Amino acid sequence: MPISIKMPALSPTMEEGSLSKWLVREGDKVLAGDVIAEVETDKATMEVEAVEDGIFSKILVSEGTQSVPVNKVIALMLEEGEDQDSIEEFYLSNSKDENIKPENKEFKETKKAVNQIPELEKTIYPSNNKKELPAKVVQIDQGLNKTIASPLARRMAKQASLDLNLISGSGPRGRIIKNDILAYIDKSDNAKEVNNINKNFIKSSENYTEIPNSNMRKIIAQRLTQSKQEVPHFYLTVDCVINELLSLRKELNNRSKDGKFKLSINDFVISAVAQSLAKVPETNASWSEKSIIQYKNIDISIAVALEDGLITPVIRDANHKGLAEISNEMKDLIHKANNNKLMPEDYKGGTFSISNLGMYGIKEFSAVINPPQGAILAVGKGEERAVVIDGALSVANVMTCTLSCDHRVVDGAVGSKFLTQFKEFIEDPVSMML
Amino acid sequence: MTDKKTYDLVILGGGPAGYVAAIRASQLGLRTACVEKDNVGGICLNWGCIPTKALLKSAEVFHLISNVDKYGISAENIKFDIEKIIKRSRDVSKKLTKGVNYLLKKNKVDLIKGHGKIGGPNKLLVDQNNKVIELGANNIILATGARSRNLENIKSDGVNIWNYKHAMLPDKLPSSILVIGSGAIGVEFATFYNAFNVDVTIVELQNRILPVEDEEVSDFAKKIFKKSGIDIHCGSNIENFKINKSSISASIVSKENKISKEFDKVILAVGIQGNVEDIGLETVSKIKINKSHIEVDEFYRTGQDNIFAIGDVVGPPWLAHKAMHEAIICVEKIANIKNINPLDSSNIPGCTYSIPQIASIGLTESQAKVNGYDIKVGRFPFKANGKAIALGEEEGFIKTIFDSSTGELIGAHMIGTDVTELIQGYSIAKNIEATEEDLLHTIFPHPTLSEMMHESVLDAFGKTLHI
Repeated sequence: MPISIKMPALSPTMEEGSLSKWLVREGDKVLAGDVIAEVETDKATMEVEAVEDGIFSKILVSEGTQSVPVNKVIALMLEEGEDQDSIEEFYLSNSKDENIKPENKEFKETKKAVNQIPELEKTIYPSNNKKELPAKVVQIDQGLNKTIASPLARRMAKQASLDLNLISGSGPRGRIIKNDILAYIDKSDNAKEVNNINKNFIKSSENYTEIPNSNMRKIIAQRLTQSKQEVPHFYLTVDCVINELLSLRKELNNRSKDGKFKLSINDFVISAVAQSLAKVPETNASWSEKSIIQYKNIDISIAVALEDGLITPVIRDANHKGLAEISNEMKDLIHKANNNKLMPEDYKGGTFSISNLGMYGIKEFSAVINPPQGAILAVGKGEERAVVIDGALSVANVMTCTLSCDHRVVDGAVGSKFLTQFKEFIEDPVSMML
Repeated sequence: MTDKKTYDLVILGGGPAGYVAAIRASQLGLRTACVEKDNVGGICLNWGCIPTKALLKSAEVFHLISNVDKYGISAENIKFDIEKIIKRSRDVSKKLTKGVNYLLKKNKVDLIKGHGKIGGPNKLLVDQNNKVIELGANNIILATGARSRNLENIKSDGVNIWNYKHAMLPDKLPSSILVIGSGAIGVEFATFYNAFNVDVTIVELQNRILPVEDEEVSDFAKKIFKKSGIDIHCGSNIENFKINKSSISASIVSKENKISKEFDKVILAVGIQGNVEDIGLETVSKIKINKSHIEVDEFYRTGQDNIFAIGDVVGPPWLAHKAMHEAIICVEKIANIKNINPLDSSNIPGCTYSIPQIASIGLTESQAKVNGYDIKVGRFPFKANGKAIALGEEEGFIKTIFDSSTGELIGAHMIGTDVTELIQGYSIAKNIEATEEDLLHTIFPHPTLSEMMHESVLDAFGKTLHI
């Protein structure tokens, strides 16, 4: 019975992907765990691994095919002892199934040729009996093909679950060699931890529970590691007195008698950030090797915590939206996020991020930039604090905000300018409504 | 002291380390001088690797002809002429020395004859028959080499007690020889003299011959050497050493027994000491000496910024190919070439040109275990290899050692005909960090001795085909 290999769903919302590369050829023997293909989504390139041993027999979707729907059968594999004929049979018996429709002409031709062989014994398998493989996927970086590493270094990286793209090579022509892997493991406490866990795992698995990484977790790990390693972060912090904001919020919410909106502090923060970005557009920008890309639209990504990670839905054109509109849109996005219903367009392409941990009682913190964005604002809890105003000690509601900047894009003075503007809007919220 | 010329680099010593450094430096555009008091080529070309290989070829040919019956050929009245054998060896040296002179000239290196010594961080003084010339040097490489070591009570005198140089120039064959030390040098001379029917005794302090080789290789070599007539005493000391009128008497003392024997000559092969004297090191206080060798870091920097040291004078293994590679790394570092990696000592192969030959790279099995490796070991014998059988050379084996977790080749050890020409295959594999998979999928030509290299790897992973 041939095994179907399907286009994997690489994220809860993925509907289609591109088959960028087949890494095995028809007729190759494949072992469970072998990487057989690379699939590209708009987010990343992933490796598809075989989860069973067999003979990789028939490619149904050729390399370079764009927009292959999730669950479409992309290739067939034979189990040990089966012969090639059963592939043809499998195709014939399932040819009406949309998911198994082959896309390469060569296959159709083969099929015809096979049909002409009279002695072919035909076995029809009912389609509901067909064996299906959930393809296993591994996050890889875009540049993997270009990475040069010695065979030993490759194996050691694989064993230690290291991304070769994060390791610089010291061998001939920048080749990654054993010493680079050892140095990387040595250098990185994280990697060391991973290594230790792996070692312990071999000895005993009683001391801990192993929680397999979800794709989201892998993406978070990869992107944030990359960010902290590549992006030169620096941090600017301001205290904002939010007495005015709180009373304005109360007043506005009181006007919403029919419950059409209920503004949160965060909604004000989003609006203030959007208005500040409009005034200091240098902060609404990304680094690229050739140039700095300054965005014309102001699309704010808001970090939303999920059970197994976080996601950053985007309020688009936030500078053109009123507080109530922002507030309602935000509620809608959070609801979708919690129910796994965000569409890629809901969380892709933000130009600036906000992470607010005020509701968790956090006074202040520094956030990791979400590349390729140039900055992120970390918002703490608004709380009563002793402050000195005009030489006198008094009590005010204060909220501490920290801006993390990519120094390649945003210099200290520019970041300060943005933050000063933000503070003005937050402390005098009526001004941003003008 | 009028004749002053300033160079980017002055190299003290024209042996394998020095002349290779000079050529490379010149290729990289450095104004380079090489100071040598004797012939260029050092011990290697003049008194080591090359002339001994010429001698051993004669030994091998004689050995072959003496055992030619098995090939269906008969030879009678086989004679040798030790004088001609030595002359051939000297001619080979001369030819190569000329070659090195030519290479230096071709690469526009100034070869300055005379005894050189450092005269300060940027100065070299060369004594040329009582005239001293001064060379200015932005950088200095010390490549002064090494010489054989004497024992406290047994010192080479060139008459009764020989060092390697004397052993290469006998006026006539002695009737018996005591070889003290069983490293590559001791074993090679033992092989040479034994082949020409000299009564050879080897005494080794450690409990096995060729102590740097893998234990299995040592044991196998001992067995064959004994079979070929060499008397071998391991774990033994020399006592009651006495030079008599017409012989030398010595007691070979081990834990178990004490044997007294008479010898015609003694060859001292108990190791090497660096040439650190009379080269002006005292003028640069930052240069440190440890056990007769100059201390350097991984890029051959002495404590003094612009003074480097390479080759035998910086320590073991005392091998020409190590010295030449150090020369390249050192000079390229001086020339500011990017991405230079330090030499990995586990990638230096070692060869002994005995009958049969011995070659190895990386860790021995016991070193691997001491270093905590979990290993896979493969072996393949000559007697199961078609080419070896056809050659009539069925003694020997190839052993490979892998890290079982990563598949890294961590050691390879060979004994048998022509293995010194085979070891480079594993050198390449180690240098490019091949794993067992790469070796398993390499196609070795048939019929060759090299197939054993493949089979040994197959054996380590339980896949051997021909045994």
